[in-house]
This record gives sequence, C-alpha cells and structure tokens, in this order.
Amino acid sequence: MPKPFSRTRGRPRFPALIRLLQNPKLGLGGGFVLLLVIIAVFAPAIAPHDPLEQDLMASALPPFWLAGADPAHLLGTDDLGRDVLSRLIFGSRVALTVAVVAGVAAGTVGSLLGLLAGYFDGWTDIAVSRLIEIWMAFPAVLLSILIVAILGSGVGTVIVAIAIIDWTRFARVIRADTMANAQADYVVAARTLGFGRWTILFREILPNVMPGLIALLAMEMGIAVVIEAILSFVGLSVSSDTPTWGSMIASGRQIIYQAWWVFAAPLAAVFATVLAFNQLGDGLRRALDPVMRR
Amino acid sequence: MSEPRLLSIEGLSAVSDRDNGAPILRDVSLAVAPGEIHGLVGESGAGKSTIARAILGMTPRTVRITQGAIILGNTELLSLDARQLRRLLGAEVALIPQDPLTALNPSRRIEAQMTDGLRMWKGHSAKSARERALTLLDEVQMREPERVMRCYPHELSGGMRQRVLIAAAFALEPKLVIADEPTTALDVTVQKQILKLIRAMQARHKTGAIFVTHDLGVVAQICDRVTLLYQGKVMEHGLTADLLLKPRHAYTKALVRATPRYDRPVDGLIPVPDAVIAACRAEIAGFDGATHG
Repeated sequence: MPKPFSRTRGRPRFPALIRLLQNPKLGLGGGFVLLLVIIAVFAPAIAPHDPLEQDLMASALPPFWLAGADPAHLLGTDDLGRDVLSRLIFGSRVALTVAVVAGVAAGTVGSLLGLLAGYFDGWTDIAVSRLIEIWMAFPAVLLSILIVAILGSGVGTVIVAIAIIDWTRFARVIRADTMANAQADYVVAARTLGFGRWTILFREILPNVMPGLIALLAMEMGIAVVIEAILSFVGLSVSSDTPTWGSMIASGRQIIYQAWWVFAAPLAAVFATVLAFNQLGDGLRRALDPVMRR
Repeated sequence: MSEPRLLSIEGLSAVSDRDNGAPILRDVSLAVAPGEIHGLVGESGAGKSTIARAILGMTPRTVRITQGAIILGNTELLSLDARQLRRLLGAEVALIPQDPLTALNPSRRIEAQMTDGLRMWKGHSAKSARERALTLLDEVQMREPERVMRCYPHELSGGMRQRVLIAAAFALEPKLVIADEPTTALDVTVQKQILKLIRAMQARHKTGAIFVTHDLGVVAQICDRVTLLYQGKVMEHGLTADLLLKPRHAYTKALVRATPRYDRPVDGLIPVPDAVIAACRAEIAGFDGATHG
C-alpha cells in the first residue's frame, strides 16, 4: 500500500531515543547532569570518607598523580586534612538542590509574568516591562548579598535570592515569544472557536513557548550553581559544617600556593556543571521544538 | 425580497483610526441566504477581509466601525460585548483561514485541535469527539485519517492542512462559514480540489458561506451570489452568472475582461483601463462628499 506521507514514512519506533542519539549536546549534557544527580542522591554511599572528618596529620595531601599522595585520598586533602573528593561529592547536594529549586522558582515567576505581558498588551505589558527594566539595573550579586543579609543565611534564602534576581531572564524571553505567537493565525482560529483568553494563553500559546522555556530553565540551573558558589564563597550560603563548592573555593584560596588542588577541584566541578546545564538546555531546545526537529 | 436571511449586513461603514479617519467601508449592505455561498470580491484594500473580520468581532484596533448593523439570525452582533459574541459565534460561525501553514497550532496534534470545539460546544466525550473528527476527516477525503490525527501540523502538506481546517470548520455544524481566501496560499493544482471540497461540504451540511477572494475565476466556480467591492464600496452585486455574464457596472465589465481565460488566450494581461479607475474614484469621491456634506 503506498504511503502518501513522505515525511513520516519509516517513523522510527523510539523517536525520542533516536533524537537523543542524534544530538550529542543533549546526550553529553544530560548524561553529566544525570550522573551528578545520582552522585548527590547517593553521596553517603559513594563518598570514600566523611566530608567533615579532620585529620591534621594528613593535611594538604596532593591528588593521586602527584608525588607524596595517599591512595586513600584520590583528590588529596585540604588544610584541615578533609578528603577533597568526599567534600566535592557532598557539595553537589547543595549545588543541585539550589539549581533545581531556584531554577524552577525563577522560571515559574518569570514565565508567568512574561506570558501575561506578552499576551495582554496595554498596561499589563507596560507594568511588567518597566519592572523588568528596573530590576535589571540592580547589580545581581550585590542584590543577592543584600537579600541574604536581610533574610539570614541558609539554603532557603539562597534559593529565594536567586529566584528574585533571575526571573527577569525568563520574563523577557517568554514575553517576546508570547507576543510572536499571539499574532499567529492559530490564535485567531482559537478565538473564532470561542475560546477564552486564558484558555488560549495556556492551552494554545504555552505549548509553543515551552521548548524555549525548558532550554532557559536548564541554563538558569547552571547560573544558579554559580550564584550559590559565589554566595558560599563570601560565606552567605549554608552553615560551614555543610560542604559546598563555593566554601571549598574560599578555603582553597587561602592555601592556593601550598595546595592548589583544594581550590581547583571545586572550581572544575562548578565549571563542568554549568557547561553541562548549558549544553543540556541547547540540546533540549532543538529536540523539543516540533518545527526544528523535523 | 422576502427570502429567509441567515446573515445580513446593513449600511456598514468603518474608518481607519490611523490615516486621519480614512474610510475603509462605505455603507456596505449584503445578505446571505441559508445554504448559499456569497462571494466578496475586490482588489487588495477593498475591505473584503475587514467585513469578514467585522462579522467575527475581530477587526484590528486601528479599524473603527462607525455605523451599520450585522444581523445573524435575529441577533445584531455589533451591540454584543465580547463574551456574548463569543458564546454566540463559537458554534454558529466558523472560519476557514487564509494560510493553512500558520492556522494550526504547531505544537499540538491534529486530534487535539480537531476535538477542542466538539468537546467544548457539543459536550462530546474524548472518545466520541475523536470518532466525529475521524468522520469529518473522511468527509474531506483525507487518506489515513487515523494517522493524520496523530500528526503535528508540520508533518502535513499545505493541501492536507487546509483539508484539516475545512473539516474543523464544519465540525460544529455552523450556520455560517467564513472562508478568507482559503486557496490563495495553495498550489494551483490543489486549489481546485479544495474549492470542490468546500462546495461539497457546504452543500452536505447546508451551511451558508461567505467566500472572500480576489479571483473572479474562483467566484465563477463556487459562488451563488457575488458582492463586488472597490475601496470599501459595493460596486455591484447579484447572482454570479448575471454579474459575470451581464455586468452592468463599468468596473465589473473591466474586471471580467481582465480575468485570464483558457478559451481566450491573449498576449499578456489586460489591465483595468485608467478611465474606469478614474470613474470609480470619482464615484467614491462623490459618495464621500454626499455623506460628509
């Protein structure tokens, strides 16, 4: 029997899987993020040492490929003799928690305002747009330090601070995307069918801005990791008995000439995580967009 | 005439809010009987799409309707607020849009888009709406309707998308279908099939239709009655055969002569003579002078 569709002929059995394999950004970025999630969840089982256990007799041991290393401490120890690898592993917990929760919070607030501004032009758009402009004039890091100073330190505060600072990223992009979609004929068609404005906004327009939103969300998670590291670095994140990458960078900085690896290891972790989130975001954008993925 | 009317437009006038209140529609009146296809013909800017949009209550913000009435059944539409209009039009008036490439939501499957209205207006369950949608796709001679239902719009060709849109337009058994140049964005070879299809669907469902086009050839194929517009003013109206074979107005005569025909090959296209255009402009200027003076 002849098949009239040339484009859908031979539609693969597992289109999602095929697409993933065709898209190295998605595979590599997503793979690394998934690995990170597993590490964070099973940190107590994976970490070779207690991240808080001090051993002043074994302080500042180098990583395994340098002379004088102890095979029990693969990435060496810091100035208090704590195992760097174990601290990295436990540090991923705070980093990922903040990334996911703060990313979703900023994304929800920002996209909602962006959708409203893009669809209901007039005073709603004017109000949201001016708010975005005012917001973006604040220096982000200083604003976050101010928020933490007012609310007190802790993971919850860091999350709130990131959401308060970064919703504008979502709002700007989603607003423009919504405006473009609101002009499309399918919105006119939905209106002639008698759908209300909210139905059109959430059922017709939202699915079309979703690929962009998800991509932004992944990238925002990378940014949240950096902001958390900065706040930990200046000692405004969680209490010092919880290992974080930022506080490791801060303590490593003080002994950078004696033991550079204590500084370099968490820096590399932040770098790899942000890179992975960015690649994941870009890969998702390509994979999810029904027009781009033909 | 005392024949039953589905839709009548009486003395509709509109101005542009942008160009110093330049008139867009000038005292337009027309009537659509149940089950007939009424052609709205004119060149670009003649106001044919504005009339279609006015019926749907979706004129652009820059267009302001100054007087007139649009009566559907027994209800005057211009006096309704947005909510009342939506409730009335949703199931009774459907639109077949101009560009099938953008008129379907790119990120929703055909099934979802075809069943929306059925579930909202006709109280169908997901299952019965699906069955109804399949029947409709079958009516528009879509091959493999089951498969089409699972597709996203970008997986279908332009002609297939237009078939989906036609099926969707007739889904709620509307009393009136407004087709806004439904064949303009399509390949010429597909155009004729789509025209036949609209005609067949309209006859089967006994639906009245307003068919907006600039092509007199299309009018000859599909319309029962025609209203010819120039710069927002009705130049001539009547039964299609009368208007095309025995045009009374000079503009109509010139347009009929300008339409290319297979049985009458010419070297190049015949333009509408400048003298006719000048006469039309003078007529409109005279009309404007009379209404303003």
